[in-house]
Amino acid sequence: MPERMFTLLIWGAALLVTGALLWLLADTVLQGVAHLSWAFIVDAPEHAGRDGGIGPILVSTLCILGVALLVSLPLGLGAAIWLAEFSRQGGFLGQIIRLSLDVLAGVPSIVYGLFGNAFFSLFLGFGFSILSGGLTLACMIIPVFIRSCEAGLSAIDHGWRHGALALGMSRSTAVWYILLPAAAPAIIAGLMLGIGRATAETAALIFTSGYVDRMPESWMDSGRALAVHIYDLSMNVTGGNAAAYASALVLVTLIVLLNVLAQAMTDRWVKRRIFSA
Amino acid sequence: MTINNSTTAYTLGNMTLGQACCTPVPHLQIKKLSIAYAGNTVLDDVSLDIYKGCITALIGPSGCGKTSFLSSLNCLLALIPQASVTGHIYFDRDDIIHDAIDTMRLRRRIGMIFQKPNPFPLSIRRNLTLPLREHGVRNRYLLAEKVEQALKDVGLWDEVKDRLDGSALALSGGQQQRLCIARALVLEPEILLMDEPCSALDPIASGVVESLIKRLQGRYTVVIVTHNLAQARRVANYAAFFWMKERVGTLIEFGRCVNVFEHPRNPLTLAYVRGQAG
Amino acid sequence: MIWSKPSSLLLLPRNIDRLWQPLLAGMAVLCAVLLLLIVAFLLKEAIPALHDGGWRSFFNDQSWYPLENMFGLLPMLWASLAIVSLALLLAAPLGLANALFVRFYAPSFLVTPYRLMLALLAGMPSVVYGLWGLTVIVPIIAAYHQPGTSVLAASLVLALMILPTVALTCLAALEAVPSSLHAGAAALGMSKQGLLLGVIVPAARYGIGAGMVLATARALGETMVVLMVAGNVVQTPHSIFDPVRALTANIALEMGYATDLHRAGLFTSGLILTLLVLVLAWFAARTMHKYQYA
Repeated sequence: MPERMFTLLIWGAALLVTGALLWLLADTVLQGVAHLSWAFIVDAPEHAGRDGGIGPILVSTLCILGVALLVSLPLGLGAAIWLAEFSRQGGFLGQIIRLSLDVLAGVPSIVYGLFGNAFFSLFLGFGFSILSGGLTLACMIIPVFIRSCEAGLSAIDHGWRHGALALGMSRSTAVWYILLPAAAPAIIAGLMLGIGRATAETAALIFTSGYVDRMPESWMDSGRALAVHIYDLSMNVTGGNAAAYASALVLVTLIVLLNVLAQAMTDRWVKRRIFSA
Repeated sequence: MTINNSTTAYTLGNMTLGQACCTPVPHLQIKKLSIAYAGNTVLDDVSLDIYKGCITALIGPSGCGKTSFLSSLNCLLALIPQASVTGHIYFDRDDIIHDAIDTMRLRRRIGMIFQKPNPFPLSIRRNLTLPLREHGVRNRYLLAEKVEQALKDVGLWDEVKDRLDGSALALSGGQQQRLCIARALVLEPEILLMDEPCSALDPIASGVVESLIKRLQGRYTVVIVTHNLAQARRVANYAAFFWMKERVGTLIEFGRCVNVFEHPRNPLTLAYVRGQAG
Repeated sequence: MIWSKPSSLLLLPRNIDRLWQPLLAGMAVLCAVLLLLIVAFLLKEAIPALHDGGWRSFFNDQSWYPLENMFGLLPMLWASLAIVSLALLLAAPLGLANALFVRFYAPSFLVTPYRLMLALLAGMPSVVYGLWGLTVIVPIIAAYHQPGTSVLAASLVLALMILPTVALTCLAALEAVPSSLHAGAAALGMSKQGLLLGVIVPAARYGIGAGMVLATARALGETMVVLMVAGNVVQTPHSIFDPVRALTANIALEMGYATDLHRAGLFTSGLILTLLVLVLAWFAARTMHKYQYA
């Protein structure tokens, strides 16, 4: 194959993919903007979502995400710190935990949905609720988050670890003041991955947080997530496509916004750690 | 001003004022120390006294267990899985290997400087205040005073006093190493362990750090691992020569620096210091 | 400087590690116990089907008629595999070509925006891909061949969905190839094509392979796209224009009203799906392991 052909092929593949992806992006943005308004964001849905807005759905989405992060963030970070800093190298317990996390990371989201339905909704009696949905999502993102944090902590130069211990500092202090800030980029990457997955998730929520599109009044109320709303509009509601695209645009914007927010918060945190005496 | 031979409190002036001295009183007593990794002995049967206020240089070829020996003195070796230490190390009447000691408190009293400068990714000030706070110093003025004193002791104060809140990682290699020494000194340790503190530095920075080490003599007990024989001869009062025998490190000769370098008793030492072996 | 009299080493410490260590260990164990819980609950719910109808019916029954207690999974299994393999056939070469483009061909001002675009699209919710596929791709296919929702539509959208991920993992593998190899081959006067195909890609083959397998696993576990654009008719696919129902879509469709044996059947299909994905993930991990020691 002549050199020029190959170059052409590579450029062709890049153009093809860019074209398709931009097509998708443009459709989402253009069709979304056409139906989008302030009223759409704050109003309650009417006629199964054809009219009205997504106000209560947005609230439910954020509540579900909040529950998921509230549970997975401390638990995941704690587990990662233990794995990276406290567990004995090559220790049995550490290996078992790592193996199960790897397995968990591969489980398809719909299976998490099955589990959430069987465990949180039925066994623990949370029913179809924001709590069930949030906890199911937490289970889903914890393995990915832990592995990302652990990789970040393990990649840190051993000099700092030994330096801190040689100064008679406790491991806890070393972790909190030195290692965590140094691993912040990896932690934030894991967090963003988790937020992205949790916000985008549909399959695991259908049978855990449910379909109800009213404004949720407590953690035990069923709440429809934005992704579920999009699915419902496009599959079950004829004439719901315009609203579906507008919701999709809101969802994508939400994911991007949360990512930017998480990034900014870490930056501030790292700065405060470095510059406060 | 002299150092008392007992373990009672003694006062030293500012580093630039105090008088250097070296008393042959054991500060650390090592008896029959052996170190093994996963069953493979790397250092066998070392007995040695480290004298108070003196600089002891550990010399010998790479891989003969000098760094392992050094790390065992502040229990840092315990961090390495499968490392086992046998024998006795007496410090302040306690055997730090067998007695249930508080390693954090031990490490406060026995500081360590590493081969590669390892300032924390924090500000210069915070590098010094963090260990102090960890050991219970909270008073703002006391903290500021100690930071200034430690930086003056290592001759870094004039270079960094205007950017104490800047990142420590922005310093040059030599400055970083001196900051690490200041960070160890700020805790007012009794013993400083140094693992080739100059080998990662350029010749000029190395010279600055070396003269700093020399000024520590008489105020701190220093144990320094070095591959630079000329440096060992310049700074040390005592020298310990380690050598590999059948792939196991062991102590060949220990004595006053002059004796080890000029009139070694063991032919191996003679060959090594003359540059014919190792 | 005052040297205070050192306190004895034997004093009891107020070491906060003693507080934190068990707490953190507990958290780690809790996270791992999750796996046990998941397996336990999937099994618990699936047991009526495995025990009663016998697990054989999943493979022997003609098709999936849950109301008549026929639980043949094979048509849906074939549908899933057909969709995923077609999607991978499209996404693998395109993804690799895109990675090569970003690393070696793209003008420097394009590299960052291109990566950003890939990252943005890799994080795009699958339901949005499904929506777009349903409203754009399906009508186009329907114009040639009714009904439009088909193996082809699902594979196309799925391929587009995993493409950014495939491209990014390939890119990471390519970037891990030491530049000395690059310089060495260039110094031999090799052409760019020969260099890439003969040296760089082979050197990165394990990383690329592992990325592909992980993408396959992700595609196999994907629910929303296949649920929205594959047509959801239970049948073994005979042409790429046939509407089919994938395993994942089946669970999503019927969990809402399934009871008793039917529900157990769905949990069993979930177990089988998990098993398939785990075998793939294990394969990927093994490939990566080889890569690290190659």
